Amino acid sequence: MSLSVTLDNISLRKGYNLLISNLNLEVGSGDAISLTGQNGVGKTTLLRAIAGFFSPHAGKISASDAGGPIDPVRFRTELIHYLGHQDALSPTRTTEQELRFQAQYLNANENNYQFAVQYLNLSPLLDLETRLLSAGQKRRVSFARLLIAQRPVWLLDEPMSPLDADQRDVAARLMQDHLSDGGIIIAAVHDPLPFETRIVHLTRPDISAQEVALVD
Amino acid sequence: MSTKINAGPHAALSLLKRDLSLSLTRGGGPLLAVGFYLTLMAMIPLSLGSDSGTLSRVAPGLTWLCLALASLLSLERLFERDYEDGLFDILRLGPLPMEVIALLKCLAQWLGTGLMLAVLTPFVMIILGAPVDAAFISLIAAILGSLSFAIIGGIGASLSLGTRKGGVLIALLVLPFYVPPVIFGAGLMQAYLTGAPVVQALSLLTAYALFALALGPIAMGAALKSALN
Repeated sequence: MSLSVTLDNISLRKGYNLLISNLNLEVGSGDAISLTGQNGVGKTTLLRAIAGFFSPHAGKISASDAGGPIDPVRFRTELIHYLGHQDALSPTRTTEQELRFQAQYLNANENNYQFAVQYLNLSPLLDLETRLLSAGQKRRVSFARLLIAQRPVWLLDEPMSPLDADQRDVAARLMQDHLSDGGIIIAAVHDPLPFETRIVHLTRPDISAQEVALVD
Repeated sequence: MSTKINAGPHAALSLLKRDLSLSLTRGGGPLLAVGFYLTLMAMIPLSLGSDSGTLSRVAPGLTWLCLALASLLSLERLFERDYEDGLFDILRLGPLPMEVIALLKCLAQWLGTGLMLAVLTPFVMIILGAPVDAAFISLIAAILGSLSFAIIGGIGASLSLGTRKGGVLIALLVLPFYVPPVIFGAGLMQAYLTGAPVVQALSLLTAYALFALALGPIAMGAALKSALN
């Protein structure tokens, strides 16, 4: 497997604000990228753009493997996991209902579900409605999705922030296993991840770049 | 890739099941709309007087009006909850296009709420004085009408997504488009009661439901995509 994701000279805007200007990035199998930078610099926006939720203002995001370029729709619907700030759990449904729905919706098999529950020690939470879970527990339930449906590209938005020390170890092991299987991780972080990553520090574009973007 | 061929329908079924169970359980579910519908109908004899001649004459028209209003109730929740919970982030990474996701959500809402209102419609009409033999035709008409209401309502809900307290906005957007089914539905009952042929009104009602089914998903898909960016 030799998947690679390429950001070619991309610029991202939010409203009239230019967040990211002329960013180039090449990520290949087994790479882990830490996106760092101040609050509001555009880390989440960049992750959402890579996930294909919207197109960049300028430039191109593409993916390819040994068989050549990958269709963007296939990239989004088969190869990507996105874990955002929100944990995407309906408050009135139980953890088990939500995880089983995710497994069916993402076309995963039953064994993966069992494995994820075991790996993340979720069985005490399965019967609880998700509104009763703490922030850290919700994040653990979100992590289950990464194991339930096997997809090579993980886009993680501050994955560690609500977790306690033990759970951070579990999550770190999970990510390292994924990398050694040839996966890709792009994570927005404030505290560095506990393993070796390539750090991409985002900064605000200067005023002249802002003006150029507005003229466009 | 035999799994890929099955991925779409499989995912669609799981989403429909999930949304149906949510529409039946959360926020009072169908009870809210059914209760509203019945209370509204109970107020009609109180406001118009109990003269059975008057009531039976206005019963079909008022029933359709109340059906339209009751269908509005749950629209605000249709996409809003999942939007706030961030669930669309998962849905968009699955095999279904946004148009299909929106249509499935509307259908689940319709199965959970609209269909129950439709089933109640003949009873309500009969209680207000319509003849018993009109029950079947009024059920068919109410099923078609509530389906149109659900999908047109879904367009309104998707357009107002992200605006706080969009309920009134949805009603304003949607009610003008509820007029045709109300006209055809009430006209159908009037025609039936006077012995005129009902085929014309029934075909127009069906045509409107099919029209909503065909164009609704495209409109909802576009509105949701723009709201989610």
